[in-house]
Amino acid sequence: MNHSISLTVNGARRDFVLDDPRVTLLDLLRERLHLTGTKKGCDRGQCGACTILVDGKRINSCLALAISHDGADILTIEGVAHGDQLHPVQAAFIAHDGFQCGFCTPGQIMSAIGMMREGQAGNDPERIRECMSGNLCRCGAYAGIVDAVLEAQGRMDETNQRRSA
Amino acid sequence: MKPFDYVRPTTVEEAVAAAAQPGAVYLAAGTNLLDLMKGNISRPDRLVDVTHLGGLDRIEHLPDGALRIGALVRNADLAHDAEFVRSYPAVAEALLSGASAQLRNAATVGGNLLQRTRCAYFYDTASRCNKRAAGSGCDARDGENRSHAVLGWSDSCIATHPSDFCVPLVALDAVVEIEGSNGRREIVLDELHRLPGDTPARDSTLEPGDLIVAVRLPPAARGFAAHAGYLKVRERTSYAFAVVSAAAALQIENGKIKQARLALGGVAAKPWRARTAEDVLRDVAPTADAFQEAAWRALGDAKPSGDNAFKIELARRIVVRALTLAAAGTPARLPPLPASPFASTSGALHV
Repeated sequence: MNHSISLTVNGARRDFVLDDPRVTLLDLLRERLHLTGTKKGCDRGQCGACTILVDGKRINSCLALAISHDGADILTIEGVAHGDQLHPVQAAFIAHDGFQCGFCTPGQIMSAIGMMREGQAGNDPERIRECMSGNLCRCGAYAGIVDAVLEAQGRMDETNQRRSA
Repeated sequence: MKPFDYVRPTTVEEAVAAAAQPGAVYLAAGTNLLDLMKGNISRPDRLVDVTHLGGLDRIEHLPDGALRIGALVRNADLAHDAEFVRSYPAVAEALLSGASAQLRNAATVGGNLLQRTRCAYFYDTASRCNKRAAGSGCDARDGENRSHAVLGWSDSCIATHPSDFCVPLVALDAVVEIEGSNGRREIVLDELHRLPGDTPARDSTLEPGDLIVAVRLPPAARGFAAHAGYLKVRERTSYAFAVVSAAAALQIENGKIKQARLALGGVAAKPWRARTAEDVLRDVAPTADAFQEAAWRALGDAKPSGDNAFKIELARRIVVRALTLAAAGTPARLPPLPASPFASTSGALHV
């Protein structure tokens, strides 16, 4: 039986017909929309490489059935920059060498963006490590990742202060 | 993953009818179920998606002082609810010590209760496992079993229940509201999970079609907010299941414990309420000796199921420490590393 669903992906509405309910959000993004920035690492919710934002919250897209998320608003790594202007978290990862091979990086960046929206870590490195523990980096670039998130968080705080001033 | 039919009921009644069929299972977030299906450990014929049912995602304060948590409330939404953290700090801390931020954003309250063991032999379809394939045997008995049960286990199964959330819930007498083929009923959480006995394939006392619609914390559960906590020993600092954990909650008046609540995680096939330990803490001063006595009682029936005798002594020490921390008072803020015995001053390196 075919199932029709529609999603908003990086701001654009997309309609799909699913001939099999087994499709995950991760596979839909990669195989149907060719948005391959979202990575398939473990495919079992353990590594965080597939992290995306669904309705503003970070989740593992490998453990989410697309059919169950009919109507969801999805943000992937392809949707965070404005043209050539990188998202502040992307820029901070480059500035602080927050990666080596780069495979986990889209998931790390999406997770960091989600974490900053959650507002639970602030600029405490211990909290950032705890709140980013769902993203593994087998190159061990954790020190750079924490520095990048700290800088991005600091920039966001400055921007918010300027806005409220 | 085996092919399955997908149905999306619009009412609880429709959901119960659809899930009562043989081979049907409920789908909430799927953070455990999809993992099990990808590994061919669970092979359902039909998924009944309850995530679009209305009214199950609310946190309600009832007139009698109880708190009713809808089964579809996400773990993170509950753990970050300021009023919830103030009233039930041990539950919030347990939630935040489980899984990762991504999983907590997706995983639901009802799903957390019904998640399955992480025993490696249950997950490995080449191994014998009485929980996965009834009557096939148990390879964990002679395998890598240092993390397995020390209480309530049987010769057919030594798996543990992995939930953190359930540990303080069972200590606080949480009630599970269930909608089933014969209407609504409720049971205390302590009666939801089963010990393995000869039938470890059945994790819970639920019948086919039974849907958990809410978890309720009774009015008395608020009375422990000033002296409560959850402590969890893991193999790594974060994003790991408990080797051993404990939830401790006390009511202290005039220097004496009026009531104590204690439950252990990671030690049995269910969250383990330690009532005999609670009994010796009533009307005594919160002293180290009293906590030691409670710990000995809590683990009185414990025995190793393999290379895990260490867990018994570890559990005793975690009980003493959890009770000591609870007696000292619930901290004003959740610690930077929730439930970690290694949480120190903020900013310390833990990578």
